[in-house]
Amino acid sequence: MSTDNPADDARLSPASVDEPTFQNGRADGAADEDAPPVPNSKSSPSAVQPKVEIEDLDFWYDNGDTHALQGISMDIAPHQVTALIGPSGCGKSTLLRCVNRMNELIENTVLEGGIHVDGQDIYAEDTDPVMVRRRVGMVFQEPNPFPKTIYKNVAWGAEVNGYTGDMDALVERSLRQAALWDEVKDQLHSSAYNLSGGQQQRLCIARTLAVHPDVVLMDEPASALDPIATSKVEETITELKQDYTIVIVTHNMQQASRISDETAFLYMGRLVEMNPTDELFTRPEKDRTEAYVTGRFG
Amino acid sequence: MSTEPSPTLDAPADDRPQDDLTQQVYNSPKERAIKYLLGACALVSVLTTIGIAAVLVIESIPFFQNVALAEFFGDTRWTPQFANKHFGIWALLSGTVLVTVISAVVALPIGLASAIFISEYAVPWMRQILKPGLELLAGVPTVVYGYFALTFVTPLLQTFIPGLGVYNALSGGIVVGIMIIPMVASLSEDALQAVPDSLGQAAYALGATKFETVVRVDVPAAFSGIMASFILAVSRAIGETMIVTLAAGATPRMTLNPAESIQTMTAFIVQVSKGDTPQGTIVYQSIFAVGLVLFLITLVMNIIANRITLHYQERY
Ligand SMILES: Nc1ncnc2c1ncn2[C@@H]1O[C@H](COP(=O)(O)OP(=O)(O)OP(=O)(O)O)[C@@H](O)[C@H]1O
Ligand SMILES: [Mg+2]
Repeated sequence: MSTDNPADDARLSPASVDEPTFQNGRADGAADEDAPPVPNSKSSPSAVQPKVEIEDLDFWYDNGDTHALQGISMDIAPHQVTALIGPSGCGKSTLLRCVNRMNELIENTVLEGGIHVDGQDIYAEDTDPVMVRRRVGMVFQEPNPFPKTIYKNVAWGAEVNGYTGDMDALVERSLRQAALWDEVKDQLHSSAYNLSGGQQQRLCIARTLAVHPDVVLMDEPASALDPIATSKVEETITELKQDYTIVIVTHNMQQASRISDETAFLYMGRLVEMNPTDELFTRPEKDRTEAYVTGRFG
Repeated sequence: MSTEPSPTLDAPADDRPQDDLTQQVYNSPKERAIKYLLGACALVSVLTTIGIAAVLVIESIPFFQNVALAEFFGDTRWTPQFANKHFGIWALLSGTVLVTVISAVVALPIGLASAIFISEYAVPWMRQILKPGLELLAGVPTVVYGYFALTFVTPLLQTFIPGLGVYNALSGGIVVGIMIIPMVASLSEDALQAVPDSLGQAAYALGATKFETVVRVDVPAAFSGIMASFILAVSRAIGETMIVTLAAGATPRMTLNPAESIQTMTAFIVQVSKGDTPQGTIVYQSIFAVGLVLFLITLVMNIIANRITLHYQERY
């Protein structure tokens, strides 16, 4: 299957994409040995180059009638979990979609400002959104596996992207990374729809990992799950930050404090505060943040 | 705002009727009557089908008493009007197969492509033109299509294919194909629309292009609906009568050459039942045998289609 797509390499058209998805070291080994040490506090913010830089981002829906994001600027550090919190409708999902250009699938939207991933402008004219999405993967709020087998779900993205390596190994590794392998290894060729909601969500995570993105965006990945499934997904996320940079939207403040290194609080389309998670929850800088994290809101 | 208190709002709460829990509401005569009425409606089509099958079988019996099954399925000539009568069904069957295959080759790809375009690519204003356009095409009477084949498509084909006769299977087949395009397009489009948006989103987020998303997610997910549209359309093509009567000729001939004049099974049935063939003659009886074969073909096709659908369908 994967060989019917040789022309896919042509999509690497932006010559500046210096690290084709499947030729980085991670494609054949499990964890990166040379992963930089995880900086745990913001004490040395300039030491690491941010993975994602968002600069003065504005975003409108409905041809400019709904100003959903207003002047957002933030740096997302590599190999960290960054949580986005804020009340419903404040623009968390919108911001997330801007980071892998999924926003472009919605009609009548306008974007201003810039986003750089690894220093590359993802909205530059010669940047292909398809390439951006291979580097910045996304897991949705509702589990949305394809109506295919478990194996095919995981292999799908890699196949489409012209992966020519050992597909069985890739599927196994991705399922292991998503902490699902042991539960499904005997039923790889049965339908993904036979899985529980929590298993489906971890399958969706595995499917995203199989494409080898650098950044994984997750929009409330545990909101449809029960506590046990949630804690499994959370464990998975914590494991993943060795290899990936993770941005997660959550409504659950305990969850944010359990799994994230940094937290950004959004309110009505603006970034109110972004700080190391423990600081933001214990010593918030802004009154509005304090009101929100302590549950006294409105 | 009226100051008068609304009577219903002010009614005391304990005024409501005390429901008798043993009262038979669920199983009331009305509920039962509705159930039987709906069942009777559903039964109409089943009984009709059984009735048709029974008539075809019963009326074919006298024919097969005169013509051996070995001749019916072994001979390649169909000449009931001649003094030297031959009843080889292959001559008619090949005409039907030829027209059906040509029409499927035309309609299935174009219909599916149209469905994909309308459902996945077209912007709203295009959709607003294309959908009614298709429905219009579906509403054209087949006799009009027949004359379209005879007076437009055939002359057009003759400019490419020298020596093409006035009556030929190609022209009829192409126009039958055009006739069933709307059916394929419209039903396939419904099936594609029914695929949840979240699947496409997932595909895009994995770095798929639009085309990859359509071909590898949407179409497989809509497979059973698309298959159903194909089967309905092909059944329609097999049964199509007017276009082939007008454009494909009245020459039963065992051939797979689309340039030749042929006769389909349906066209033969029309020719006999509209002509002055007296009832009770063997020629008259033969139309029931032909009808029976037609019925069986459609039945077998539906069974095969069901198998395929069950085997490949993706549930969501
Ligand atoms: N597809 C859309 N079309 C128009 N407006 C939209 C669309 N999606 C979101 N919006 C608007 O943009 C604003 C931000 O929405 P967004 O979905 O990003 O909020 P959110 O923070 O993710 O909320 P929630 O926590 O409820 O998911 C809201 O005012 C919403 O109404
Ligand atoms: Mg949201």
